[in-house]
Amino acid sequence: MNTRKIEILVGLFVAAAIVAFFMLAMNVSNMSSYNGDKGYEIKAHFDNVGGLKVRSPVSASGVTVGRVTAIDYSSDSYEAVVSMKLESQYDKFPVDTAASVLTAGLLGEQYVGLDPGAEEDYLKQGDRIELTQSAIVLEQIIGQFLYSQSDKKDQE
Amino acid sequence: MLSVFQKTGHKTLSIFQRLGRANIFLLQILAGVGSLLVRPGLLIRQMYSVGVQTLIIVVVAGLFVGMVMALQSYYALVDFGAEDSVGVMVALSLLRELAPVVTGLLFAGRAGSALTAEIGLMKATEQLSGMEMMAVNPLQRVIAPRFFAGVLTMPMLATIFSAVGVLGAYLVAVVLLGLDYGPFWSQPQAKVDLYLDIYNGVIKSVVFGVLATWIAVFEGYDCIPTSEGLGQATTRTVVHSSLAILFMDFVLTAVMFSK
Repeated sequence: MNTRKIEILVGLFVAAAIVAFFMLAMNVSNMSSYNGDKGYEIKAHFDNVGGLKVRSPVSASGVTVGRVTAIDYSSDSYEAVVSMKLESQYDKFPVDTAASVLTAGLLGEQYVGLDPGAEEDYLKQGDRIELTQSAIVLEQIIGQFLYSQSDKKDQE
Repeated sequence: MLSVFQKTGHKTLSIFQRLGRANIFLLQILAGVGSLLVRPGLLIRQMYSVGVQTLIIVVVAGLFVGMVMALQSYYALVDFGAEDSVGVMVALSLLRELAPVVTGLLFAGRAGSALTAEIGLMKATEQLSGMEMMAVNPLQRVIAPRFFAGVLTMPMLATIFSAVGVLGAYLVAVVLLGLDYGPFWSQPQAKVDLYLDIYNGVIKSVVFGVLATWIAVFEGYDCIPTSEGLGQATTRTVVHSSLAILFMDFVLTAVMFSK
C-alpha cells in the first residue's frame, strides 16, 4: 500500500480517537456542567453529615447550583465542616440561607439543600452558613420511635 | 539431587537476567526517540499496522460489550425500578475498567503477537544483523517506531472502545428496550467525572500500551531465531502481556479509585 493511503488512514484513525474523546467528555461526563475554577466557596458546619461525599451536589429548589469540595472535621467545635463551591451565576444567596443534608429518595444519595433566607446581603467567597440542619440518621429515628412507643405503653 | 537445585538456581537467575535485559532494552528504545523525530514516516507506517488494523476488532468488541452490558444491567436494575441508571452504569464500567482492559487484551492478541512474529522473523532471517552491518541501528529503525506506535495508539483505541460501547448501550437501552433517552445521558453527565473517570481511564490505557508493546517487541527481539523459538516467543507475548495488564489493572485501580 502506498504511503499516501497509509497516512490518510492513520489521520482518520487519530481523528476518530479525538472525536470519541470529545463525545465522551461532552456527552457522558460532567464537563458540560463544569465551570473550571470559577465560582465561590462557602462553608457550613453540621453536627452530622451522614453519607455526604466530596462531589455530592448542592442544590436549591432541586436545581444543582454547586458541589461539595471538601468535608473536614473540626476538633474545636466537634462538628463536620463542609466546603461547597457554588457556581458564579448563582451568587444571590442571602447570608441567612439555611443548609441541610438531605437524601434523594428513601435510600438515594445525600446532597446539601440550600433554603434561601430574606437578608439583603449575599453570601460571598469564604462565608459561612450559620443555619444548618444535620443529616437524618435512620437508626436514630427508629431508636426514638421505639423509645416513644415503649413510653406510651408504660403510661397505659 | 544436586542437579535439581542447580537447575532451579539457573532458571531463577535467567529470569532475572531476562528482566534486566528487557529494562536495558527499554532504555535503548527510549534513547531512539530522536531518530523518530527525524523520520516520522516510520512511525506513521507502524501506527497503521498497529493501530488502524486493530481498530475493527476493537470497534466490534466495544459495540457488543456495550450492548451486553446494557442488556444485563437492565435486567438487574428493572426489578428495583432503577433502569434509568443503565446509562451511568455502562459508562462508568466502560471508562474505568472495561475499555482499557479489554482493549489491552485485544491489543496484545492482535497487535502484540504480530509485532513479535514480525521482529522475530526479521531476526531469524538475519535482517537485523544485516542492518547492523550497514551501520543502521535496528533499535532505532525497527524497534522504536513500533514501540511508540503501540504506546500512542493504545489510548486512542481504548477511547474509541468506550465511545462505541456507550453508543452500543444506547442502541440497546433506548432503541431496543425503550428506555427514555433523557436519563440515559443526563445521569452519566451528573455522575461521571472528567478527571477521575475519563482521564484515569486514559492513563490506564497508556500504561497498558507501554506494557503490551514493550513485552511484544522485547520477545521478538530476544527470541531464539528458529521457527520453534518464534512460536514460543509469540505465545509468551500474548500470555505475559495479558497477565501484566490484568495485574497492573488491579494496582492502578487500587491507587486511583481507592477513595
